[in-house]
Amino acid sequence: MSVLVFVEASNGKIKKVGFEGVVYGKLAGGSVSAVVCGEADAAEVASLGEYGASHVLHVKKNYDTGALVDVMAAAADKTGASLIVFPFDNTGKAIAPRLSARLKAGLVSGALGIPSIDGAFKVKKNVFSGKAIAEVEIKTDKKIVAFSPNSVGLQKSGGTATVEEFSPAVKESKIKLIETKKLEGEVPLPEAELVVSAGRGLKGPENWGMIEELARVIGAATACSRPVADAHWRPHHEHVGQTGVAIRPNLYIAIGISGAIQHLAGVNQSKVIVVVNNDPEAPFFKAADYGVVGDAFQVVPRMIESFKKFKASQH
Amino acid sequence: MFVYTALKDFIIFVPLRKNSSYLIFKLTMNILVCISKVPDTTSKIAFTDNNTKFDTTNVQFIVNPSDEWYALVRALEIKESLGSGNVTIITVGPAEDDAIIRKALAIGADEAVRINANPHDSYFVAAQIAEYAKNKNFDLILTGKETIDYNNAEVGGMIAELMGWEYITPANKLDINGRIARVESEVGGETRVLECEMPLVISAAKGMADQRIPNMRGIMAARTKPIHVIEPAPVNAQVAITRFELPPAKAGVKLIDPENMDELVRLLHDEAKVI
Ligand SMILES: Cc1cc2nc3c(=O)[nH]c(=O)nc-3n(C[C@H](O)[C@H](O)[C@H](O)COP(=O)(O)OP(=O)(O)OC[C@H]3O[C@@H](n4cnc5c(N)ncnc54)[C@H](O)[C@@H]3O)c2cc1C
Ligand SMILES: Nc1ncnc2c1ncn2[C@@H]1O[C@H](COP(=O)(O)O)[C@@H](O)[C@H]1O
Repeated sequence: MSVLVFVEASNGKIKKVGFEGVVYGKLAGGSVSAVVCGEADAAEVASLGEYGASHVLHVKKNYDTGALVDVMAAAADKTGASLIVFPFDNTGKAIAPRLSARLKAGLVSGALGIPSIDGAFKVKKNVFSGKAIAEVEIKTDKKIVAFSPNSVGLQKSGGTATVEEFSPAVKESKIKLIETKKLEGEVPLPEAELVVSAGRGLKGPENWGMIEELARVIGAATACSRPVADAHWRPHHEHVGQTGVAIRPNLYIAIGISGAIQHLAGVNQSKVIVVVNNDPEAPFFKAADYGVVGDAFQVVPRMIESFKKFKASQH
Repeated sequence: MFVYTALKDFIIFVPLRKNSSYLIFKLTMNILVCISKVPDTTSKIAFTDNNTKFDTTNVQFIVNPSDEWYALVRALEIKESLGSGNVTIITVGPAEDDAIIRKALAIGADEAVRINANPHDSYFVAAQIAEYAKNKNFDLILTGKETIDYNNAEVGGMIAELMGWEYITPANKLDINGRIARVESEVGGETRVLECEMPLVISAAKGMADQRIPNMRGIMAARTKPIHVIEPAPVNAQVAITRFELPPAKAGVKLIDPENMDELVRLLHDEAKVI
């Protein structure tokens, strides 16, 4: 099977999900061609070979997602790929459905593992915001899978890839980028491996200093529950849950959050959940791996000290 | 020389240069909002028929939150700020869906279209909506970011492709300025400000608008607003769910002495290996 993997790069670096995509393609049992889109150092590009790509098409121009649909369609044509792999992140969500409609290639989004291919092509995906898993069959000849970030481990299989520059014709986009506002110094939430999150239990926006400090000490992104964002205690982009961002970090620390089902829907796929709440009956404890029953205003400062001690001991 | 004519739907003619063709600004907007029926967020998730079907016993259905709170409400706000326009909602679904359609009409949509078919897969849904929308002069098609049941985030992009329109996802803010849609899109730690001439497809996410609770007048008005029922175009689904399963249960919480946060850090390092 010939597999084509979409790999996003910026500022010389390939995104972690890009490496994951190549590993995904390799595990799916394919000979993997990767399309690297964006600026990437030669060494970065070549390193995709170690993760299982045998062939790399490097698109050096910075295109928007509309043009990248053209790029991927051209790459699929050139390589004769029967499976095309995207990460299920915002870039993947902008490109994969369009490519699917264009190539008449059935799409499964949010895949959790590699496909099983005995007769029928089936792959498991998240449904009901992580409360269930569905097995989905793709019935078309060409197939597209958008995998959930963090669902395959990064492993090197130790090969090398041939690299060629790729510059197919693309249609000019009508979308103009007017400006980009960076959220300075913060870890972007959807990609964060560690997340510190707080809820209405913190009483008011003036109490977020300790949450930010805890996040800074361990290098985590900050998040919050919906009422906190609705009350403008915290910016909207921090709202996690069913109606906010869905995340799956390695560690989610929830402080003063009750654990309503709509909140859990966005965070229940975190690998490890720590809950701090002064109410031992808070529903969040049922979804937690580690629980601390106590007052956040006493527990969090202690937690910061303990993490600082730990960090110091690591050097 | 400046020529101004206000016609029925507010058309202004502005000459570009002497003897040149006229730029036409349409100061009214035709917006199509795609809405989907999903189980209420607190529903118990269970399956029947050998784990092949979602068990709808005792399940309440609602309009998918991002379709209702963000896409529909913002469409209404845009129409209200222009003082004219039309907001049509469309859903691909069986007759039972009329209940959630009435809810969306009560919030303020002008009319509704229901494509009378089970939504087999995203491609089927998108193809029905694109088939309906073509040649209808919509300026904008809005979808939600994703549905809370199948979490696909697919339909919007597919509609855009089938219409040959541009597509922006996720849109956390949307403003209209003449023929230009200005969108703020939060991706990977940055906010991108984008502009695109209409028509286009936009998928709406948090931040775009606030939930509106329908009032009595809206509920009464919704009773008489039209729901146009249209038979589906022949389209083959490309994917199908073959089986469901529930995720493995958590082992149970390990409680840690609130005085001893060193212990928590130790466990996160030695046992959970996440730091
Ligand atoms: C359709 C729908 C969609 C929704 N989507 C989302 C969503 O995406 N995300 C989301 O978060 N919510 C969502 N909600 C809201 C959700 O139902 C809850 O209301 C919300 O998550 C509660 O937020 P909270 O836990 O911060 O506040 P509360 O429920 O008020 O909980 C505060 C918690 O803090 C604890 N506490 C109080 N004082 C202290 C202290 N000193 N120290 C430690 N703990 C303390 C309390 O014991 C309590 O458990 C949605 C609701 C609906 C109906
Ligand atoms: N059956 C449907 N009828 C109309 N619109 C739909 C339907 N299913 C999905 N949509 C729209 O497409 C968006 C994305 O859905 P999905 O791709 O299924 O996650 C939803 O938020 C709706 O706006």
